[in-house]
Amino acid sequence: MQSFHIVVCGSIVPDPLQTLEPIAGPAGPSLKNEMMLPAVLDPWAAHALYEAANLAKKAAGSKVWLVSLGPKAKLQQVMMTVAQKVPFELVALDGPAGGFTDSYEVAAALAEAIQGIAGVDRSRLLVFGGWESASRGSGSTMQMVGERLGILDQFQGVDELTVAGDGSLRILERVEGGKHQVSACPGPPAVLGWATGNLPEPPNNPQVGMANMRAIMPALQRAKPVKLVLEGLSFGSVKVPSQRRETRIVKDLSAEDVAREILAWIRTQ
Amino acid sequence: METILLLAHVEADGSLAKPALEALTAARTIRHYLAGSSLVVGLSGADVGDAVRWIGSCGAARFLGVSGPAFAEPRYATDAAAAEALARASGATLVIAPATSRWSRCLPGVAQRLNGRIDTHITGAMATEGQLTVSRWYYRQRMEALLQRTQRPWFLAIDMGCHEPWAGGSVPVALESVAVDLPESATRTRFLDFRAPQAGEQTIRPDAGLLFVTGAGWTKKQPDGKTHAEEAAALILDFLRKTQASLGSSKSLVDLGGEGQAVLPFLSHLNQVGQTGSTPRHPKGLATCCHGEEPHVVGWRFITERRAVNLDPNCGWARGKADVLYVADAFEVMRKVNEMLAAG
Repeated sequence: MQSFHIVVCGSIVPDPLQTLEPIAGPAGPSLKNEMMLPAVLDPWAAHALYEAANLAKKAAGSKVWLVSLGPKAKLQQVMMTVAQKVPFELVALDGPAGGFTDSYEVAAALAEAIQGIAGVDRSRLLVFGGWESASRGSGSTMQMVGERLGILDQFQGVDELTVAGDGSLRILERVEGGKHQVSACPGPPAVLGWATGNLPEPPNNPQVGMANMRAIMPALQRAKPVKLVLEGLSFGSVKVPSQRRETRIVKDLSAEDVAREILAWIRTQ
Repeated sequence: METILLLAHVEADGSLAKPALEALTAARTIRHYLAGSSLVVGLSGADVGDAVRWIGSCGAARFLGVSGPAFAEPRYATDAAAAEALARASGATLVIAPATSRWSRCLPGVAQRLNGRIDTHITGAMATEGQLTVSRWYYRQRMEALLQRTQRPWFLAIDMGCHEPWAGGSVPVALESVAVDLPESATRTRFLDFRAPQAGEQTIRPDAGLLFVTGAGWTKKQPDGKTHAEEAAALILDFLRKTQASLGSSKSLVDLGGEGQAVLPFLSHLNQVGQTGSTPRHPKGLATCCHGEEPHVVGWRFITERRAVNLDPNCGWARGKADVLYVADAFEVMRKVNEMLAAG
């Protein structure tokens, strides 16, 4: 199998179990206590990273980079965990990772960082990322990165990538109605925005962690500052809608009575 | 004064799908809000003639089309080329498109090419002091924002189910063909096929009136000390066939397959609802054997009426996340429901 240079774009998001509250600031909306919230690697980007590592393992001579834009201190915390999972080289960008940023500006920073990675061979380049983030959730950054890199073979909502013996790619993308679109591409360069993929989260591997961390700390020290200015974008309001319902808890009905009630409800227009 | 371009791709049979007609409604609404604006329709596909006639009475000032076999197939490079050509030919300042997989794949790239900006998952639009304001969700449907932009062209991908599909009369109209000079590299990627995840059993039905969600409890040990995954699968499938409900799942149940535990064979990550899954739109949702934890329930944002069946009276659904929580054994309840459905 041919080898690949796989660049994964992935940032950090608040742990999904945290309560999030928006606040207004001079530079636009943000989250209350944003820097204090525990963070994780963005879930779909994490899938992309695991798929990248899996592919690199199978294709000898491949290499994985993780390009990550986020506050340096938070990146360091998250990388302590992520580094235990799979081998990669970090390219850190020091800037905001919140949801109220503009994908156009984020894509510009990511594309510039990718172009600056020494030794990346375009003929072997696969740019991976999540198809959406769990913060902004726009599903637009990867395409813009691809355009800036001049890559026209792009796929979104990817659940499977198969590499044939001749190096060609077969890709399954999520489409409407619970189906997959199957496409074939002769080979790199390509952009793949991953959905869930098929791999479980890899177990922690201390040896991998130690090897990764040797390069991660210097990468964090070298992190280039990135300023996102929200040019031309203004937020009128950001609010958490009340969704608390008055739950009726039904404890003492028989299964038959519950079934009857559910059926009547289903049949009501 | 804005020039609003409605972008849509025609289906294989030459028609326009429901999301395209919903986006047309959104585009007409925005034109109504922004006095002096004009609407242009831009279609792409193998042959756009029938579709243009079909929406001929929508009030658009111009109808543009990119046609040809290369534009029939869903593919980033050709779809982006068509959208770029239509946007340039129309002189659009606002580009409205349905958030289909096809447009979602390529429109951000087109916005980049035109030095425009894009916002996706748009759920509503209004005018504020004569300026367009749109709404969308952030942090996986946890908070809703209203926003404006000064950059143009501004691309807006409209979420499905937020507008009524446009319905009007078929009228012959003049179609302006827009030529696209495709480089050879644009067709490097070949579309092969659409594939359902499980042969013979389509469980995801976006237009269904009911979302039926299964949780990990279906595969846990039951009162007899054994798991009953096969019976669970039969009960669930029987219910889905009889009601034509759409099947959703919690992440924990889908993940069990990867951990070597008993699973429901027809479930895949495509069924997953929540933080790392989908956020479907259905009028009603029924959760079974699911604890209603926050990462899952964020995917219920657009489910209007919610009920749950769970043995735990203190589960997440009881804490204001469902309208009704039945504290009951889902196996028994669904067995009875299926019997009643069979009896008519």
